[in-house]
Amino acid sequence: MADAQEFLKDFPLLKMEMNGKQIAYLDNGATTQKPEQIIKAICGYYGGCNANPHRGAYALSVKATEIYENARARTAKFINAARPEEIIFTKNATEALNLVAYSYGLHNVKAGDEIVISITEHHSNLVPWQFVAKTTGATLKYIYLEKDGNLSDEDIETKITEKTKIVAVTQVSNVLGLKNDVKKIVKKAHSVGAVAIVDGSQSVAHMKVDVRDLDCDFFAFSGHKMLSPMGIGVLYGKYDILDAMPPFLRGGDMIEYVEEQDTTYAELPAKFEAGTQNVGGAAGLTAAIDYLETITFDRIEAIEKDLVDYALPQLRELPYIELYGCDTTSDNKTGIIAFNVKDVHPHDVASILDSYGVAVRAGHHCAQPLHRYLGQNASCRASFYLYNTREDIDRWIDALKKVRGVLGYGA
Amino acid sequence: MALEDIYTELIGEHSRNPENKRHLPHATCALKGHNPSCGDEITLELQIEDGIVKDASFTGVGCAISQASTDIMIDLIRGQKVEKAKELAEKFIGMIKREITDESELEELDEALALQNVSNMPARVKCAVLAWHTLDNALEDEEKK
Repeated sequence: MADAQEFLKDFPLLKMEMNGKQIAYLDNGATTQKPEQIIKAICGYYGGCNANPHRGAYALSVKATEIYENARARTAKFINAARPEEIIFTKNATEALNLVAYSYGLHNVKAGDEIVISITEHHSNLVPWQFVAKTTGATLKYIYLEKDGNLSDEDIETKITEKTKIVAVTQVSNVLGLKNDVKKIVKKAHSVGAVAIVDGSQSVAHMKVDVRDLDCDFFAFSGHKMLSPMGIGVLYGKYDILDAMPPFLRGGDMIEYVEEQDTTYAELPAKFEAGTQNVGGAAGLTAAIDYLETITFDRIEAIEKDLVDYALPQLRELPYIELYGCDTTSDNKTGIIAFNVKDVHPHDVASILDSYGVAVRAGHHCAQPLHRYLGQNASCRASFYLYNTREDIDRWIDALKKVRGVLGYGA
Repeated sequence: MALEDIYTELIGEHSRNPENKRHLPHATCALKGHNPSCGDEITLELQIEDGIVKDASFTGVGCAISQASTDIMIDLIRGQKVEKAKELAEKFIGMIKREITDESELEELDEALALQNVSNMPARVKCAVLAWHTLDNALEDEEKK
């Protein structure tokens, strides 16, 4: 598609070679590459505006504060939060979800209560809930899958009950690449008085997200999976819920008065942002939102859909390729394709693809329970983004055809 | 790094048909080893009598490199004294970490020398050393008994 070629020029890294071949970067589910516009924004911050925000009474610190708070306002608008104070900057989605687990979960879940998550969750939206359940004496329940890889409607209906206090689900599975109807799950959670947490790590860079339309209580995502630098993440929370929660980390900049034995805490959002924050990262995030909104999510979705529609029929023609999450009966497939090559371990597949300059992920993709549920030890994953082209797909599939031969298996 | 330098015929053969992949009826110890990042998981079974590794085997799943490396290792240590087997494990790990490069010193690793090129592939080093680390740990436990 001509669109992707147009964006390619913005990404310096994609002009590089890997193992003597031009890189086909198909590991966007892990992290995306960064366009020059974002790299410039980060350099611009450190080269001309760096000071500790919220502290100094001099012009530079005021400028840094402006950049940081502008990023918050911009992020709030990006996901349609009601007000900027509902945006808490974190290190990444993992920290955002841990913030909710520690500051909301541990204080609101009691023995005998239930927490419901899906079997497709990334460890970041699974291990913290396991911890909350174990610590409080609550039970952790799972929503399993229909045959086509989508969340079981029956499980959503029957497992979320009056005992449920927390429902935490991902908007898009990082392995199966299927978009969940989180709005429906949020509604079900609210009908029993539970709070609903949505992991947006695999969705927010690929589709328009409107947290008020979803009506979720919390929404978490990482900047680095949406063109921004590593080390900046976002937790959205409804104001009243965040306001009632105790702090997560304690220290500088999150306080009001500190006495020898007592402290009162700052208002939102500062209450949840202890210590010096990642202002350079926030500047990068602002630039990423600008970049994505200029392109529009309609175009991004069209590019990714074209790549999936181009790749899947070709993959299905290879009898030794097993696909996961590619037979959905709903129109909800995103640009993530998990697969295995018969007889060959995913790690060998990835090494062989690497030698052809094709970057894919191999392993369990931080989703061990899902792999166990699927009866697989591990898998490979190709995940697309706006700069990927049909040529990338060609190179991936050409290299895939060579994999079995390298290990001495017949085609 | 050319693919054929890693995926040699010998590695391919050992990974496709690992002759030592089975349960050991008279195992005296079994130890699990795993690489959490890629999901390789093996259980090494040893039959140690009178300070000698009389027999060994493994079960589990993993990539071609880890499976072949395990299979080759077992061929090498079968019949060896515990101390010798431990020495070989440490030598192999030293080779992959490039701490031992003297060819004459490495000679006794025999077929396992075929894995030397993995030292040029940082992403796969853990796969190659998994079984040898597991062996090293198992023998250490054995010595403490």
